[in-house]
This record gives sequence, C-alpha cells and structure tokens, in this order.
Amino acid sequence: MRERSTTGWPLQLTPRRLLIVAGKGGVGRSTVAAAVAVAAARSGARVIVAETAGRADVPPMFGHRAGEPLVETELLPDLHHITIDRQVALEEYLRLEAPGPVPAAVLGRSRAFGLFVEAAPGMSDLLTIGKVWELAQQPRHRRNALAYDLVVLDAPASGQLVGLLAAPRTFSQIARVGPVARQASRIAGALSDPSTVGVISVATPEQMAVTEAIALQRALSDEFGIELEALVVNRLFPRRFTAKDERALAAAADDPAVRSARWFYGRAQAQHAQLQRLRDELPGLSCTTLPFVFQAALDFADIERLADLLTGAGV
Amino acid sequence: MSRLERALAGKHVVICAGAGGVGKTTVAATVALGLAARGRRVALVTIDPARRLAEALGLESLGNQPEAVDVARFLESGLEIRGELSAMMLDAKRTFDELIGVLAPSAATRDAILGNPVYQHVSTAVAGSQEYTAIAKLYEIEHTADYEVIVLDTPPSRHAIDFLEAPDRLTGFLEGRALAAFLKPTGGVIRAAGVVFAALRRVTGVGLLDDLTSFFRLLSEMLDGFRQRAADVHELLTGPGTAFLIVTSPERAPLDEALFFATELDRAGMHRAAVIVNRVHPLDGRNLDTAAIAARLAPTLGSSLAARVAATHSEVRCLAERDAAAVARLRSALRAQPICLADRESDVHDLAGLVSLCDELFGRVSARSGGSKASGSAHFASDRLRP
Repeated sequence: MRERSTTGWPLQLTPRRLLIVAGKGGVGRSTVAAAVAVAAARSGARVIVAETAGRADVPPMFGHRAGEPLVETELLPDLHHITIDRQVALEEYLRLEAPGPVPAAVLGRSRAFGLFVEAAPGMSDLLTIGKVWELAQQPRHRRNALAYDLVVLDAPASGQLVGLLAAPRTFSQIARVGPVARQASRIAGALSDPSTVGVISVATPEQMAVTEAIALQRALSDEFGIELEALVVNRLFPRRFTAKDERALAAAADDPAVRSARWFYGRAQAQHAQLQRLRDELPGLSCTTLPFVFQAALDFADIERLADLLTGAGV
Repeated sequence: MSRLERALAGKHVVICAGAGGVGKTTVAATVALGLAARGRRVALVTIDPARRLAEALGLESLGNQPEAVDVARFLESGLEIRGELSAMMLDAKRTFDELIGVLAPSAATRDAILGNPVYQHVSTAVAGSQEYTAIAKLYEIEHTADYEVIVLDTPPSRHAIDFLEAPDRLTGFLEGRALAAFLKPTGGVIRAAGVVFAALRRVTGVGLLDDLTSFFRLLSEMLDGFRQRAADVHELLTGPGTAFLIVTSPERAPLDEALFFATELDRAGMHRAAVIVNRVHPLDGRNLDTAAIAARLAPTLGSSLAARVAATHSEVRCLAERDAAAVARLRSALRAQPICLADRESDVHDLAGLVSLCDELFGRVSARSGGSKASGSAHFASDRLRP
C-alpha cells in the first residue's frame, strides 16, 4: 500500500528549521505532528512541537499533562512541546525587543498594551508566528534556551494558517518604521525562504479535505512562495474487498456483518478515488498514507506506529 | 413530522454551531433544504472560505446577498421544493464595509474609515472579523428581507463560543477605558504622558500608532451605533424565534466542544433546539465473535471472504461502540436525546447526497425510490441509530 521508499525521512528535511503541519479541521493534524516529531527525534534531531492559540492536544498523546503556556516541556528525550499563548508571547516579546524602564510583565498586562494587541490587525498572529520563529533560531534569542534542530508547528486550520503566515508581511507594511516593522519584515523574509520552511499537508481521503489541501497548496505557493514538502493522507481504509467480492456480498442474504462489509467497501472505494484525485492534482509530491485506526482513542503505541510508517520503518 | 422539525417549529432563525470539521456547513444546507421542501421561504447564510456549500449546491458563486437557488435542480434528484430557497456566502470584508456605511454619521467618516490602513486589515485579516460579520449579516437579513426562516452556518473557528462573544467584544472594546485613554490626547500622535505610552511608541513605531489613533477616533464616532447594534443582536439571539442547532461528530474533541457550547448557551439564556451528532456508525447486529461470523458466512461467501467480512464487522462494531458511548454521554449531560446521522459511505458533497441527508433529518421528503444507489446514501438504515 505504501508506495514510496521513505528511508531517512524526515532526515532529508534537516536543512529545514520549521516544518508546518497543515490541513483542514479534524483531519488529524496534531496526531501527524506528534508522529513527525517522534520520527525526527528518532533520527537524532532535537525537536519541539508547537501548538497555537493555547491548545495542548499533543502532550496527552505522550501521557503528559499540558504545561504552562510558553514553557518548553520535554515529552520524550529530544522531543519537546510548547503551547503558544498570545498574552505570554506578548510579555516575552516585550522583554526581548523592548527593554526599558518598565518591566515587561507590567507593560504586557497594562491596558494600553492589551488594547493595542487586540486592536492592531494581526498583532496576535504576529506574536504567535514570531514565537515560532524564535524557537527555530540558533542560538535562541531567549537566554539559556535550548536550541532545536527542528520546530514542528501543529498549525491552525488552513484558512487561519494563511492569516498567520501573512501577519508578518501585512504588519511590516502597516507599521512601516520602528522595531515592529523591522522584526516583522525579518520574520516575513524567513517564512518565504523555502530552504528554511517546509509544509506537510495532511488530508483525509474525503472530498472536502482534499479540495482544501489543493487550495492550500495554491495559496502557499502563490502568496508565500512556499511549496509543499509532502502529503500525508490520514485514516485511509485499506482495499480489503475487490469488486468481485462486492458482487458476492450484494448477492448474499442480508446480514449485519455483510452490511458492515459493504459499507466498508463503499467507503474504501470513495476514499481511494479521492486519494487519486489528490495525487493527480498535486503530482510529484511524496504521499504517505496512514491507516484508519479502528479503536476508541489513539494511544502512544499508535503514534509510534504512525511514526514508523512515516519513516518507512514499519509495514 | 420529524424530531428536528418539531424542534424547529415556529423558529425564525436557526444557527448551526459546533467545532470545525464536523459537517456544520452540510447540516446547515440540509436544514435549509428540508425546511424549503416543507414549504417555507428559507434563506441560507454560509461562511466558508473553501466554498464547500457552493460545491454541494452546484452553484458557481454565491454573492453577499441571498440569491434564489433554482429549485428545478432538486427535482431531478427527486426532491420537490414547495417553498423557496435562497443562499449566500458571507463576504466578511464587504459585510464590514456595508456595516460601516450604515453606522457612520457622515460620508466623510465612512470614507476615512474605509481608507484607513488599520481598518483595511481589521476587516479582512483579523481573527474574529468573520464571527462579527456573520452576526451582522444575520441581523441585516432579518431586518431587511422577508424570509420565514434564516439558517446560519457559523465560522470554522476552533471554539464555537467565539461566535457568540463577537459583538460584545467589539463594544466592550469601544467602551473600554483604555480606548478613552487612547483618544484623550489630541493631535495625530499620542502625546499622553506616562511610561507605558512611551514604551508603546518605542515598540510600535510612530506610523502605526498614528493610524491606530485616527482609526479609534473615527470608530468612536460610531460608538452609539455599535452599542445599539450589539443590543439588538443580543435581543435577536436570545429571542423566542431563534434556535441553535449544535452539530458535532462522535469524536472526543468536537464532543467536548459541543458540551461546552451547550452550557454557554444555557447560561446566556439562548435556546438550543437540538444536538445533531454527525457521522455515527450504527450498532448493527449482536456482538458475535469473529470466528462464529466467519463460520456462519463461509458456506455462502467462501472462507477467505467470510473471514475478511467477519474481521471488518468487528472493526465497524468497535467504531459503533465508541459512537454509542459518545451519544450516551451527550444524552446524560444535556438531558436530551441527540439526533444522530449515520456515517455515509462517502462525503455528502453532491445533490443526491444532500437529498438523502435531508430525508434522514426530515423524514422522507424526496420521491426517490428506496433502494437508490445515490452517492452519499446511507448503507445503514437510520432507524437503527435510534435506541
């Protein structure tokens, strides 16, 4: 079923500093981000998974509780996690970029700054992507912070991701001069550098998820000059029944198990048609498929199996 | 009359809310279609950057005002629309511009706001502008057009609650003391004393602060208008004619979101009509062990196929049990029976799929023959979903 030889992946991405895991809501981005991070850590990289908007979906997959916002927590050796939160990111930004007589925490919590962040267009996006960028710096801007070989961004859903990536550019345009403008254009430059940033597009083999993956590829390419690195198609039903099997099932007496099998066959047919459409529309991209997991909730063993599939180690 | 119809009886505004990726847009379209089939004059407002609804309805483009959908196309799929259906896709930027046009005290203020660089980004790029404009659009249609029912899809935010809070956030912000502090000093650049503003200027640079200050000043001229609008919207959302449909899938994260949203609705005194659980795998047949099923089917299917069928059935059972537990959790937490929609063998993205979903939600509305093999049709009969 897996068609590519993925030996060494994602080691081949090592020149990349930031890997964005993107896709429609509900396709399993966090799961894939976790699996990518496990694969990268196994290959010897020190990696951090970043989640935005205060989310912490990844730590529970490793049996950890969510950490405080902006605290870099080690989930496994060489595998870290951070939850990026706007307010905390603002305070850190002020501490780093605007040292002055007023302590950053006081400034960050002051009404004027709160108002400013809320009002200034894209400021909260800028703070978020700014923090992601900072995580990818070697050496880090934060004193005594660990340097990472790879940052895996568990991105917000496609529409919001484009807004997030566009924030530095729009900000550098409207702020024009001053530290914010300088910082923003620095980040905007880094984000449109394909040698630094790669995007993994996650989709489920369904009409709407595939359509959105194709649209995202166009948006990233047209607006940021970023190309997709790889496709991951999640929750794929295996082709377990042939058309001949289906004819036999259709002729069989009505039975719950036969109904289940026919439903499975129909689902698998539709899914593989969508998978083909994705491959046709985005030719030349490696496409890793991950199987549907038929159980209540994913546990760590599932994440490890997905990592095996991503690196081509498992079957 | 189906359970959904009873829940929506007498409702003038139906708002579909829920986490992203649960099929909210499809459910909103189906509800609008079903109500129109039952003879109502319906407007469907959808918010969707991926233009999914346009795809499902086979429309090339949807404008920022509801436009009549050609109902003849539904007849081809066996669905007779006895009422009327209009549909639109929200254009956040245009809606915001129109709202400024309505609320601005003068043409000069309007033009100054529309031309302000800060506004231009606020109205497009900023998170929350979709939520705000969705409600603005709902209010506008409700006040200016004559539909019996307006069905509103909500933005694909991670948190459904963002949508409810949007109008109050904007007025809260405009009324806040901090804004007053911004506006007090006169002149283009804030000259307010205090280290905070000095620091702010140092961080942001002068140009941005300039644009922001003039933007706030212009906006404050419209404060009364925004305040009145927020009050009107609140009245509309809490009114007896408005109902919320909470849409979720049986997965854990969307379900948590649905429960949280339901609690918030109750707290805000808003009416939730029903919870729709989408993509439920039905519990079909008794839980026989795999070997027994394989043995039972082997004589007719051959042992290889029978073994695969048996294995598949136990996997599908696994999904069905997970889903049943999710539905039970919803039922006990909300003390109401959720409406379940069977998982389809493929996505509902075409007309036939919408019509089949419509049959499931509204009882049979289409004239299609029972055994149709339309794409998106449910292989499982939906009655098996009901406990």
